[in-house]
Amino acid sequence: MLREIANLKVIVAFLAALAVAGCSSTNKPNLETAEQSAVPGSERDFIVNVGDRIYFLVDQSTLTPEAQDILRRQAAWLKQYPNVTIQVEGHADERGTREYNIALSARRSTASRNFLVAQGVPAARVSTIAYGKERPVALCDAESCWSQNRRSVTIVTGGAVSG
Amino acid sequence: MPVGGLKLFFLTAVCMVVLAVQAQARLEVDITKGRVDPMPIALPDFIGTTPEESKVGHDLTGVIGANLERSGLFRPLPQSSYIEQITNFGQAPRFGDWRSIQAQALVTGRAILQPDGRLRAEIRLWDIFAQQQVLGLQFVSTPQNWRRIGHQISDVIYKAVTGESGYFDSRVVFIEEQGPKNKRVKRLAIMDQDGHNLRRLTNGNDLVLTPRFSPTSQEITYMSYAGGQPRVYLYNIETRQREIVGVFPNMSFAPRFSPDGQRIVMSLQQGGNSNIYVLDLRSKMIRQLTKMAAIDTAPSFSPTGQQIVFESDRDGSQQIYVMNVDGTAQKRISFGEGRYSTPVWSPRGDHIAFTKLLRGRFSIGVMRPDGSGERILTEGYHNEGPTWSPNGRVIMFFRETRGENGGPALYSVDLTGYNERKVETPGFASDPAWSPLLK
Repeated sequence: MLREIANLKVIVAFLAALAVAGCSSTNKPNLETAEQSAVPGSERDFIVNVGDRIYFLVDQSTLTPEAQDILRRQAAWLKQYPNVTIQVEGHADERGTREYNIALSARRSTASRNFLVAQGVPAARVSTIAYGKERPVALCDAESCWSQNRRSVTIVTGGAVSG
Repeated sequence: MPVGGLKLFFLTAVCMVVLAVQAQARLEVDITKGRVDPMPIALPDFIGTTPEESKVGHDLTGVIGANLERSGLFRPLPQSSYIEQITNFGQAPRFGDWRSIQAQALVTGRAILQPDGRLRAEIRLWDIFAQQQVLGLQFVSTPQNWRRIGHQISDVIYKAVTGESGYFDSRVVFIEEQGPKNKRVKRLAIMDQDGHNLRRLTNGNDLVLTPRFSPTSQEITYMSYAGGQPRVYLYNIETRQREIVGVFPNMSFAPRFSPDGQRIVMSLQQGGNSNIYVLDLRSKMIRQLTKMAAIDTAPSFSPTGQQIVFESDRDGSQQIYVMNVDGTAQKRISFGEGRYSTPVWSPRGDHIAFTKLLRGRFSIGVMRPDGSGERILTEGYHNEGPTWSPNGRVIMFFRETRGENGGPALYSVDLTGYNERKVETPGFASDPAWSPLLK
């Protein structure tokens, strides 16, 4: 289930990239053009080819195997581009109370940050912020949306290649 | 700072003078019962000798009638049913006329615009069955302040009839929300407890959450994401000055004042954990109260200032705990099914209100400070964040509606669980916090 949603998100990201790529090309877009549209070392490269977000189970901050895979890819990319700094945003779904969700999302962003640092990303390059339930990306009142909101998102804050 | 703007935020005092009390209060509403029979009360427009005075008199009775009705303890009788027309404030009413329309209490009054420009309202409360005046009072303030006079009159009527202090001369600070759910703009806002005089205190550029009133001054503490670092702030309603409450390496959140207004208790994030600290606002000395590898948050002082109630997931899920103000004697008090959060100590000290999460539903409930006597006041898809009226009689909270276009609104409910009412706000509203009675 989680993997499906994670894959779905990647596809959505691809489609977004395809939509952009489609503007400058009349060719039938395919996966390759999408990947080519992301300049290596750019923010888009990170989002499209690495994956900027991971998902959590209800009221959990444990990193699932899928989440660890994505974070390993993030760490590898960050080691490849040593000037890049990041902020890990923690988020919770709307089915919790305000203060607890702020703390829970701090726990999630910290879990992601600690994993990246353990993979060799210098701690000084990684800040965190906790948004609680304040920044949902999926808006329906069902688990299919809440599972997308229980996330940590790695935002490139500086040092990326432009493009 | 324009002087006009400054003036707007100053609370003008209302001076109250006792005219005469001729009888012990015999009017009585038994408010200890679950469902209360509201007392039928007659409230003819206060008399005026000029059109201006008559208008103020009419407006004042409107405010008072709405307050008393909303409390659920009074039933204002329609003015069209009145037989006697009150034309002389000094004269006793014709009790038979009021008895025949089933009135148990009658409030008569007059509004006077004094030569010095101030507004004076005089009122008498009558017990129809005993045929006696219960109280006589006059209130003086600026004409602009007429709503506060109405609230103070409501409070003295409430007290004379119920024996408990009122809560109408008070305000609510809350978060006003605008825009779609994934781009919600949140502003700090303040209004009178009846929803009037709404003012927005922040411009919406920064995410703001969980405002809480000072018990002693016109100050609010809240959380803001200004500058990209979530922190606890103080905001002075009169001067509109804002300051950061201490600079810490990580996020600070979930603030509340101590009963003396001198300290703020809040959570500080340390990695994946959140612990509770108390900061002295004068000395800036900070003291750590909890030291767990857990989420300890939503602290709230007891009215004596001796204890703090908070939530923690140290035993695996959110539960409510009580500790001494120095952090000793930490003890879990919630043992029911489900998760318990956002505990708030009643100003009377006898209850703790909370949000309960059970089987995907969110309720507002109360329990005794020892955890006994749990009662659920309202239950549904999402109710959260209780706050107490100054007299500990009414609880306000917010309720979220479902779905993409859903949003929060404010509601109030009596401590007994009856008389649930929506508190009207122009848009979405969340995180209410009731002020103490104004001074």
